[in-house]
Amino acid sequence: MAEDKPRDPEKDKLKIKSAKKMRDIMTAYYIDAKTARDNGKKVAWITSGGPVEALHVMDVIPVYPENHSAMIGATKMGGQLCELAENMGYCADICSYARSDIACATINGGPIGGLPAPDFLVCCNNICGTVMKWYEVQARYFNVPLFIFDTPICHTDFPEETRRYVEKQTVEYITFLEQVCGKKFDFDRMMEVGKLSLQGQRLWQDILDTTMSKPSPMSAFDAFFHMAMIVTLRGTQTAVDYYQELLAEMRERAANKIGVVPHEKYRLLWDNLAIWHKMKWLSEKFAAHDACLVADTYTSAWCSSMKYLDEGDFLKSMVAGYTRIYLNIGVDQMADIIKKMITKYDVDGIVMHSNRSCKPYSLGQYDIRKRIQDEFGLPILMIEADMVDERSFSESQIETRIDAFMEVIKEKKG
Amino acid sequence: MEAIQAFQRVVDDPGGYLKTLKAKRKIIGYCCTYTPEEIIFAAGAHPARLFGTKGAIQRADAHLQSYSCSLVRGVLEDALAGNLDALDGMVFPHTCDSIQRLSDIWRLNISSTWHNDVVLPVKLNTASAQEYLADVLGKFRRELQAWIGAPLTDASLKNSIATYNRLRVLIKRVYELRSASPAIMSGRAVNTMVKGAMIMDRLEAVQQLENLVQALEAGTGQTARSTAKRVILAGSICNHPEIYDIVEKAGAEVVWDELCTGSRFFEGPIAEDGDPLAAIARRYVGRMNCPAKHKDLRSRGETLLHMVQDHTAAGVIFLNFKFCEPHAFDYPYLKEMLQERGIASLLLEIDQELPAAGQLATRIEAFIETI
Repeated sequence: MAEDKPRDPEKDKLKIKSAKKMRDIMTAYYIDAKTARDNGKKVAWITSGGPVEALHVMDVIPVYPENHSAMIGATKMGGQLCELAENMGYCADICSYARSDIACATINGGPIGGLPAPDFLVCCNNICGTVMKWYEVQARYFNVPLFIFDTPICHTDFPEETRRYVEKQTVEYITFLEQVCGKKFDFDRMMEVGKLSLQGQRLWQDILDTTMSKPSPMSAFDAFFHMAMIVTLRGTQTAVDYYQELLAEMRERAANKIGVVPHEKYRLLWDNLAIWHKMKWLSEKFAAHDACLVADTYTSAWCSSMKYLDEGDFLKSMVAGYTRIYLNIGVDQMADIIKKMITKYDVDGIVMHSNRSCKPYSLGQYDIRKRIQDEFGLPILMIEADMVDERSFSESQIETRIDAFMEVIKEKKG
Repeated sequence: MEAIQAFQRVVDDPGGYLKTLKAKRKIIGYCCTYTPEEIIFAAGAHPARLFGTKGAIQRADAHLQSYSCSLVRGVLEDALAGNLDALDGMVFPHTCDSIQRLSDIWRLNISSTWHNDVVLPVKLNTASAQEYLADVLGKFRRELQAWIGAPLTDASLKNSIATYNRLRVLIKRVYELRSASPAIMSGRAVNTMVKGAMIMDRLEAVQQLENLVQALEAGTGQTARSTAKRVILAGSICNHPEIYDIVEKAGAEVVWDELCTGSRFFEGPIAEDGDPLAAIARRYVGRMNCPAKHKDLRSRGETLLHMVQDHTAAGVIFLNFKFCEPHAFDYPYLKEMLQERGIASLLLEIDQELPAAGQLATRIEAFIETI
């Protein structure tokens, strides 16, 4: 990752200091999760866009297979685990997060020796339909209860019947948790956790917004690293405290004009999930062109529905908050959000990761590209790859295309 | 058989056939068995199932990546190529991630059709999901009625349901007759019949099927007992009838199926009394499900096992679309459930084009030899 291994004092200055603390917190979090049973706690596996706040209320440790699969990708163990899943009969075309997780569960492999077995599963399909099939597999494998939080896609609007359905499921979710945990749901605690969740989301958005500064104090590659907290510890004081510290550091860097790319000349926007196994390579590749990926549509998705959330009544407002997130909306609405980001972060071009593993994110990208090109005339690079499976990455071809893309950007901007 | 020829004609040229219907009523396309076509039919419109293009995919490549399935790419290709000019409207029930995005892409690029998303629940096993399902069907009825501009009454819904029940009973009857004596009709003809019945005017389809069943029933008993090995085809839709030919040439018969161009279309009668929309919703809940819908953890496997037992099949051929996630996720557990009962299975992943001639035949022949 971008802040890794400083080689000289100049580079040391560029390093994001909070990163070490972030690693420590994540290590402690995984130790807690892996020792949950010894401490009489339950473990739930939950999707990255799932309503985790209620789990914190119940003192359940939420574990995110998606975050774990991203780690598998970042440590370049994806290809091997995906291959194992394929040997188990899972087709090579299905999501590599799912493939690596399904395989990893059977051997307790991967970078942290596998995830702690779940007591139950919570699957929210606001990110994709894939998670439902994936969690069905794991519910059969671990023989544990599965709660599906169904958030119907909002192609163009948020209809009343959808609101009613999701509202009812909020009640069912709490009843489910009371049953599997064998205790009452504490609504006062829910108020606190809801506040912390919203506070964390606001801070995360503020951190991402520091990249409006020129030069940008951090890049999308840094956001991919620091997002782990908004995903896994959303709704906790830990996340709020950490993000306060990170925000202060980013603001200080912005004030002192410390850019993460030393000679930032070009500002780019990234679309889709990270290519976890190529983060360092991509980050260096763009930096060598004096280009900084200042924003992305992925890490900002965790604050994409803040406007619907009400800390005075989190449970009620999370109905829209969890249903109307980026991805669970129409392609044209996604294009509109990208258009706003182009202006907000003042970008010169867009890099779209056409991600073989993620259909709801990737199908529609060609139309988004066209709409943006028609309106802004911005250069857009499409890279076809996979977030975890490094076998689907053609380095020399992608390198040539990045170079050609940067030539166009340079010519345009001068 | 005359009826099969009639179905064959509409399957060969659905665009041409739909144009002949267009003068009389609005044509509404769809590509999922969770489309409430009974409501469309009741509104006096014509529901037409789309199966993707028969030609090469070119125009759709500007909108969809190569890693989306050939159904999604093929349906868009046909629309962009003008092969679906007969359509007045298009309905997208929520099916899978790919069809969800196809709906967006269609809405943004094909402005000539009325567009409607029927955002069904993904789970069918809870009371709130069933209430939501009924809400969504009610909304579809209102929106369709407003677009058509004529009242859509309960009486017309009940008539429509009766027609669909008859249509489905007749198709099922053909399946039953064929399961009893496979030689009465080729697998290819069965595939043509089901697909044809999903394109053809439903009253005409019922008439053709009545004739077909009558002819088959009259001929039963005259057919020599089949010694062919019995297999079941499982998956979504079969766009390659050659597969039936290969199976038959290898000495086997597809005696039943778990396909959207098959039992997923005809299974499950709709109650003819009570509230018609609630009855349609109950069919979706009770019927064997598509893997894009959650019912429980093993019911699809159990349905498949029953099918194997009921039709004394020796093996199952999975016919999955390449890049279709819901089916790909189910395959390992289904295979395992079958294996535990000593039932062999074969997985074929099919893209727009079949694999090179011979390659597929060799795999199917080898499988059939082992069962």
